[in-house]
Amino acid sequence: MENTQALEMQPGGETKEQRIKDPIVRSLLRVFWILLVVTIVEISLAFLYYFTSFPPRMLLNIIFICLTVVKAFYIIGEFMHLRHEVSTLIKVFLIPLLLLLWAITAFLWDGNSWKHMRERDRSDIQATVPWQTVKHQNE
Amino acid sequence: MSDSAIAVTSAAQLHEHPQVEFIDKETNTHGWWRGGVSPFNVSYGKLMMWIFLLSDTFTFGAFLVSYGSSRFSEPFWPDADVAFDSFFGIHATLPLLSVSLMTFILIMSSVTMVLAVHAGHLKKKKEVAKWLIYTIVGGLLFLGCQAFEWVDLITTKGVTITHNMLGPVINGHPTPGPSTFGAFFFLITGFHGCHVFSGVILNFIILMNVVKGTYERRGHYEMVEKVGLYWHFVDLVWVYIFTCFYLF
Repeated sequence: MENTQALEMQPGGETKEQRIKDPIVRSLLRVFWILLVVTIVEISLAFLYYFTSFPPRMLLNIIFICLTVVKAFYIIGEFMHLRHEVSTLIKVFLIPLLLLLWAITAFLWDGNSWKHMRERDRSDIQATVPWQTVKHQNE
Repeated sequence: MSDSAIAVTSAAQLHEHPQVEFIDKETNTHGWWRGGVSPFNVSYGKLMMWIFLLSDTFTFGAFLVSYGSSRFSEPFWPDADVAFDSFFGIHATLPLLSVSLMTFILIMSSVTMVLAVHAGHLKKKKEVAKWLIYTIVGGLLFLGCQAFEWVDLITTKGVTITHNMLGPVINGHPTPGPSTFGAFFFLITGFHGCHVFSGVILNFIILMNVVKGTYERRGHYEMVEKVGLYWHFVDLVWVYIFTCFYLF
């Protein structure tokens, strides 16, 4: 019995079983399975939409955003170890990200308003863009 | 500032972080920032890596936000299921398959990297080297997949940084679509691929140092941790690119 164990010795000087029993390795592998399952769920939802157009696009996008945030939480928290760091470091990293929330809202809003302007201009060729109208009125 | 004022600040901060306790050996008092000990409880190098990753987050964030803004402003946008439907040079209708494989490769390489960091904590030189080699192989496989995808997009779909042949089909004729699609796709995935490539180089350098025994002599494998942080960040960015380009 001891001989077989010696044959299974890994280069690091421990058996494969010992490594799997290591609690840290086990928690890391758990995170890997979570990431894998979430990705598979995302891909299957995308295929579901591709074949059946079933979940409405808006609902599907919200689900995708939520699942992406879940994956980001596990990568930053566990793989990058941020969850176990001092709270000052967590705040230094997370508080500036609030600026990105503002940027996403503001710029998507801006892009959407450009789309409305383009569609309106396309539907009525004679219509001019707003600032030209204002200029003519002022003259 | 008087000593008592320092003591009050330290006590308040200590209350906030009860899990960490620093005791000043000279004065025998608790102190958070009396010099010598980082208030972040990480080394200078790791803290700077975090700050760098924060700035890189803003770079990628700005790219993705401008991509979103452009996409929202276009009445028509190419369907991801049409744009990315080939599988490693095979012209087939297999949407999402090659990108799923790329995502899987990158997650796997992230896991091998974190196992390398863990082996470094245990100071097991051969384990660290083994997991780093797996990580490098994963990074190279990912870059290879990306090359296939770019070639397919440029040669068969007619999408470059200035042209896009995946426009709306009007009266049975395909028309050019918004050129920002190709511009943003190649910019953002290219910038990410550049990060993966530099990550592979960094991994290779630290692998050489591990094999040479540099970190063994130094007494710790912190450099593996720092490069690990970078590598996981690259994986994190891919999670967002995957959602923004392939799922939406």
